Amino acid sequence: MSADTTLDKSGTSGTSGVGPVEGASLYDVDHPAPFIEAPRKRTSKTPRSTRGNFEMAAWLFMRLSGVVLVVLVLGHLLIQLVLDGGVSKIGFAFVAGRWASPFWQVWDLLMLWLAMLHGANGLRTVINDYAERPNTRLWLKGLLYTATVFTILLGTLVIFTFDPNIR
Amino acid sequence: MPAGTLYRGREGMWSWVAHRVTGVLIFFFLFVHVLDTALVRVSPEAYDDVVSTYKTPLVALLEYGLVAAILFHALNGLRVIAVDFWSKGPRYQKQMLWTVVGIWVVLMIGALYPVLGHAVREVFGS
Repeated sequence: MSADTTLDKSGTSGTSGVGPVEGASLYDVDHPAPFIEAPRKRTSKTPRSTRGNFEMAAWLFMRLSGVVLVVLVLGHLLIQLVLDGGVSKIGFAFVAGRWASPFWQVWDLLMLWLAMLHGANGLRTVINDYAERPNTRLWLKGLLYTATVFTILLGTLVIFTFDPNIR
Repeated sequence: MPAGTLYRGREGMWSWVAHRVTGVLIFFFLFVHVLDTALVRVSPEAYDDVVSTYKTPLVALLEYGLVAAILFHALNGLRVIAVDFWSKGPRYQKQMLWTVVGIWVVLMIGALYPVLGHAVREVFGS
């Protein structure tokens, strides 16, 4: 045991609750301190499944997808709005030309999924922060998730089923 | 009168506000953008018709605003990542914000002609 616990105890008067800072310790090897359970300790009453690490995973996803999106989206802006005449060149023929290459299909698909999930998670955070009534939160998130799933599926379908000879 | 009790942070808080606002704006545009692109599955005419509105001067101005929002969100997002993962990030967050603003201004000036050039030519003729 350390020197602390074996300090001279001449000052203690038996039952006083003076701690080790102000006086000598009440406890030693023969009189151990009572065991105090950790406040968040898992016990037999704790539900087996708590909420898990979803929020941490979401936090990490925002950073990882963010880095990838910087490349994908800024490249997209450069191609669509800056190079080769900017927005003026865009039309059905331009889209058909790009989606003839699997590289740009994968680029756009990845960008669609990451951007939608990144944005949906961001808006989920905004709703959690500002919508205070449980019902409002429920409805706003329901709307958000519905719109997100719809848009991701629609975009994916369009990329995979694109037909340059639609007519 | 006591001093103001409303929390008004400095660079850190305002960059956080700007990140939120630009993020929400970009997300709403993304919905519209997926919908307009989906028109390539309807017909070439339907798609070209909608895209032609993207080429009008007024919408070109909105596109410039969209570029502004995306560039800020992207650059400031990288700053947030640096604050979170770089051991010296929190100490330099302010300097990094002004770096972000500086790069943003340069890129916005660079985007002036490519994004707005055709609109200026259309409005003022050439």
